[in-house]
Amino acid sequence: MELILALAIGILVGSGVWLLLRPRSYQVIIGLCLLAYGINLFIFAMGRLYVGAAPIMPKGGFVDPTAYADPVPQALVLTAIVISFATTALFLVLMIASRGATGTDHVDGKERHP
Amino acid sequence: MMNDAAMPDHLMIAPILIPLVAGALMLFYSDRSRQTKLIIGLVAVGLTFLASVELMADVKSATEQGGTVVGLYRLGDWPVPIGIVLVLDRLSAMMVMLTALLAAPSLVYAAAGWHGKGQHYHSMFQFLLAGVNGSFLTGDLFNLFVFFEVMLAASYGLMLHGSGPERIKAGLHYLAVNLAASLFFLIGVALVYGTTGTLNMADIARALHWLDDAERLLFHAAATFLGLAFLIKAAAWPLCFWLPPTYGAASPPAAAIMAIMTKVGIYVILRLSLLVLGPDAGPSAGFGASVLMIGGVLTMAFGMIGILGTPELARKGGYLAIISSGTVLAAIGFAQAGGGSSMLGGALYYMVGSTAAISAFFLIAEPVSRNDEGDDDAPDEGDGFDPLSERWTPMGLGTVEDTTAPASQRTVSWLTMAICFGLVAAMIAGLPPMPGFVGKFAILRGAVQDNLPASGHLPVILWAYAAMLILSGLGALIALMRFGIRRFWAEEGPTPRILALEVVPVVMLLGMIGLQTVRSDALLGYTSATADALLEPRVYRNAVLAEAQDVRAAPVQSLTPEPVAEPEPTPENEPEEVAQ
Repeated sequence: MELILALAIGILVGSGVWLLLRPRSYQVIIGLCLLAYGINLFIFAMGRLYVGAAPIMPKGGFVDPTAYADPVPQALVLTAIVISFATTALFLVLMIASRGATGTDHVDGKERHP
Repeated sequence: MMNDAAMPDHLMIAPILIPLVAGALMLFYSDRSRQTKLIIGLVAVGLTFLASVELMADVKSATEQGGTVVGLYRLGDWPVPIGIVLVLDRLSAMMVMLTALLAAPSLVYAAAGWHGKGQHYHSMFQFLLAGVNGSFLTGDLFNLFVFFEVMLAASYGLMLHGSGPERIKAGLHYLAVNLAASLFFLIGVALVYGTTGTLNMADIARALHWLDDAERLLFHAAATFLGLAFLIKAAAWPLCFWLPPTYGAASPPAAAIMAIMTKVGIYVILRLSLLVLGPDAGPSAGFGASVLMIGGVLTMAFGMIGILGTPELARKGGYLAIISSGTVLAAIGFAQAGGGSSMLGGALYYMVGSTAAISAFFLIAEPVSRNDEGDDDAPDEGDGFDPLSERWTPMGLGTVEDTTAPASQRTVSWLTMAICFGLVAAMIAGLPPMPGFVGKFAILRGAVQDNLPASGHLPVILWAYAAMLILSGLGALIALMRFGIRRFWAEEGPTPRILALEVVPVVMLLGMIGLQTVRSDALLGYTSATADALLEPRVYRNAVLAEAQDVRAAPVQSLTPEPVAEPEPTPENEPEEVAQ
């Protein structure tokens, strides 16, 4: 499981960085999305990996904390997902506005070879 | 009030709540009633200012009585390392007050027509203030991320306010750079949580003692990622190329309040590097200090070259922000490496003055260069045709009509403008008796006084810093003087019409700078005490963690005979660690 997760994070971040450095604004936005996915998985992994463990403990009495998943990274990931979703939506609006205002989808607003 | 642990000091959350509520309240009004929104905004900023005055008085009185310097506010009343806390110390009180002081002039300036050039200017402005104040007050790393995003989301809107191809292009770059920086921030936060198991800044510093070598390496990686994220926001070279085009393209009132945003990055670096990686951090002490020192000096050099090289006045403002960032960053690096507190005190004093001056510079840049060639963004009252309106069409947002009608038609003479420009330029160049000069002088004096007797000679990097401190001022002076002579003396023909509303904010900021000059001793005393407190992170840590037991202490001590190699410097100061 560790290997699969590590590979998934690596592939997502790797493709995200590559796309982020591309000249088309659509590639940039997809790159940012993939980067955000990879990093969200990474935050998740930083709470250590658990299989079949609930993040919420029952009320009262002694509970064995090792039998439960760490809830904090899950809360962090949730927040990070919401924020990156909202900013991606904003970026999309800006991308469309840029396309409308400049007539090209190049990130610099003009083609290198006109 | 603050020493009483049983009574939470609800005032501490006011600088976050007031703008947030005000911004939300404005959304109930139609965007046509911009005057109403302006009044709500000004009232909110005034209330925030009063709250910050009260908070600063609390911090100062607590210090005089010898009590704890740090105020604590537990959100939701959760126990400390578990829940999120707001922490108030001298530095955050000062920054909150500075934010309120910069916000009022920017709002007044927006009334000259800019707030009518798009939708929801005033709401976004208030949300930006809420995010900035939250970043200054929070004591939790992930909460900092959230406030950072609140601030950034609002700044994207403000940056794009007024629209137009130039702004959209700069905004696209700004957004992409900041999204990437936020992702770096997240990687850093995740690594910090993975290694130390906590996100409370004070608790991170405490947990650092218990890390083994492998974990420490990962923690340093986390610190690097966080540093990268904040250096991008603080615009340190080579991460600063986004700043001049962005601030140059943003509308002047937005750029003026965004001048505080680079300082948020600097604030976080200052806070984390001295609290977590400060002199008493054991093997991690001074991590990253050399990067800050060298990076700061190079940033200043880059800013100086930039300001001499660019013809556009608004872009010059961006380079001025970069110079100011570099100056403070290098001073933080020196303080972290053990260069003494008086340098840092001087740098904080310089930061207050230079932020106000940069804000004033952004406000003055547009009216001064109006009717210059290549400037099509001037509010053209009179003929009724707004060239920007047709550019709204691709966004489908032209629903509420834009208005450039200023709140007051009163105008001022060109001479007033020239005098204001001269004063702002003198402040930025660091001419005596302006605070720019006093601040730089305090930095230089601290550098010599604290570092010369120790080894008998100054290190090379300190020489380079001193040289850049003077050269960057000279560069700014040459660039602004050249512009001033060309614009105010050599140019003939009709002078542009300047609204009083565009000069009043500049005069407000100049008044603030003047007050800073007159009351130099008081402010310099305050910033020096702030620097002393920052270099004494144990006080901050103990105040935040007063009731928090260190859960790491018990099991680790019972399992291994000697878990920490380095000794606790003063164990009696941390009863919670020896109690178990």
